[in-house]
Amino acid sequence: MAFFKRTAHAPLEYSKSLWMRGWVALVMLFLYIPLFVLMAFSFNDSKRNVVWRGFTTKYYGIAWENAQLWDAMMNSLTIAFFATIFSLIIGSMAAVMLWRFRFPFKSAVDGTMSLPIIVPEICLGVAFLVFFSWIGWPSGLVWPINLGAIIIAHITFCFPFVTMVVRARLASFNREQEEAAKDLGASEWQAFRDVLVPHIKPALVSGALLAFTLSLDDFVITFFTSTPGTDTFPVLVYSLVKRGVTPDVNAASTILILLTVLLTAVALKLQGAKALADTH
Amino acid sequence: MTQNSDPIIQIRGVTKNYGKVTAVDNVSLDIRAGEFFVLLGPSGCGKTTLLRMIAGFEVPTEGQIWIDGQDMSRVPPNKRPVNMVFQSYAVFPHMSVADNVAYGMKIAGVDRAEREERVRAALDLVKLGGFDARMPDQMSGGQRQRVALARSLVMRPKVLLLDEPLSALDAKLRAQMQFELSDLQDQVGITFVTVTHDQDEALSMASRVAVINKGEVSQLATPSDLYEYPANRFVADFVGSVNIFEGKLTVDEKDKAVVDCPQIGKIYMDHGVTGPHEGAVWAAIRPEKITLHKPGLGKAVAAAAKDAPEGHNFARGTIKGMSYLGDITLFEIALESGAIMRVSRPNLSRTDQEDFTWDDKVSMHWNSASPVVLLG
Repeated sequence: MAFFKRTAHAPLEYSKSLWMRGWVALVMLFLYIPLFVLMAFSFNDSKRNVVWRGFTTKYYGIAWENAQLWDAMMNSLTIAFFATIFSLIIGSMAAVMLWRFRFPFKSAVDGTMSLPIIVPEICLGVAFLVFFSWIGWPSGLVWPINLGAIIIAHITFCFPFVTMVVRARLASFNREQEEAAKDLGASEWQAFRDVLVPHIKPALVSGALLAFTLSLDDFVITFFTSTPGTDTFPVLVYSLVKRGVTPDVNAASTILILLTVLLTAVALKLQGAKALADTH
Repeated sequence: MTQNSDPIIQIRGVTKNYGKVTAVDNVSLDIRAGEFFVLLGPSGCGKTTLLRMIAGFEVPTEGQIWIDGQDMSRVPPNKRPVNMVFQSYAVFPHMSVADNVAYGMKIAGVDRAEREERVRAALDLVKLGGFDARMPDQMSGGQRQRVALARSLVMRPKVLLLDEPLSALDAKLRAQMQFELSDLQDQVGITFVTVTHDQDEALSMASRVAVINKGEVSQLATPSDLYEYPANRFVADFVGSVNIFEGKLTVDEKDKAVVDCPQIGKIYMDHGVTGPHEGAVWAAIRPEKITLHKPGLGKAVAAAAKDAPEGHNFARGTIKGMSYLGDITLFEIALESGAIMRVSRPNLSRTDQEDFTWDDKVSMHWNSASPVVLLG
């Protein structure tokens, strides 16, 4: 029985073991089959979308012409864009503050910072709902100002992730480099711009990526803070699914997945090249 | 060395406290323009803190630092006429060698043509000509240090500060850089202030050395004075290797002195001692200033008697340890009192190391010009 015969391989060559390969394949299948099914059924020529009825791309056209989907997608991208920008600024500032300075109640501030990560999303969602109605946040504003509440909520749970990533990167910063810059005549700001920012650049890229994807696919908090006309893609899909999943939703989801993968690949490539030059 | 006596740096009663810990304790010293000044001391003695206060990265708790006749108390690091080479070199990893060297000039607003000219000259000076486009991660530690040196020198500082400049280099490269740094200092005529814990480095490069112990200056002297005329036991022991014996001063005249040490006997020296000496004093003899003899021939006694009264500058013992280092052999000799005497002996001929071996009885003598008396 050749299959069970153990062939000798070097200690860390796990990929040579058939069992290991099989196991990895199973895990991959388990993780990605749902996604592939979703993508496959976006080409299904059936309105009810349960049984395979043949290949078609017409639902991409239908999705393309669906104004509701377009609006939701634009909302999602706009929210993600602004949430990412502000999270990056606030998050990296918080990281630098916690890394650089000593101040009273620092550990308390440090702990509070990660609260939005720990607190269950549903609680945050309810909290925002209560908060915005308590301060009387106006609804029915013009686009994109009507997305303000959602953007604020998204910044709240996105920026701690940026802080986390940037802080990890800052830990490897050699402070003598900053001192060297000042020694050569740089002001505080010039040293920050010329030495510290280049060092944390990879973290800014991955932090932005994290914030963007977190914002893009958030459902719970968005659901609680959305008002008429501010439905995001996940919220819209949720409401559509209640009436049964149609292939055009699949089509839109597939496009979203591809978009995210593309974005991640680009960011990783940028960051990879940068990180290689920065380490050593 | 272009040296004149005007102090370029004056340190006046500088103290630095970190909470209850005193890192630098009331230090006052002058560093002259054009000299190669070394702050030498064990780790944690406050020498780096002192250097960082000169650079402006630490603020003295008390006292002032004057650079070129200007009080630096309220001057931030980026406005001081000094530049520093950091222990980690702190070369900017995301900039090419040329950009690293040009950085300070860019901040200062030097125009492009002059910048390029000066970068080229600085890189040539540190023997990195043609490395302009290299990234730091493509260079060795020694080369990165040269980049850091060029980056500082190109600013034409009044004083160049170097924090443990050779500690990260391997032994061969370190020896080479010692000479190169001295040469470089000669060439550019800038005052160098270096921090090191390595006495060899200090002795070989410095024009003057300040030995720092527990935040205070133990002694400030030229390298040879430091070695031959140490001011106290700490300096004698920290700089080089030494035998120290406690004793009482029994004779103290203008041209001679005798220290009676219970552990070794009477030590006679050809110079008097000034200062208080009621209590204990210490006699110090360097290992290389002691001569070994085969016992029983009376040679040691006779040699000692040449410039000292009979019964002085002479001892007997048994070899307890030996290490052959090629050029010299180090002996550890147990004296009759049980004390250990360290003696080094040059191997002048190829068979010299066969003269003595473990457990041999030996006698030894030294000249009256060899020992020094330490009062503290």
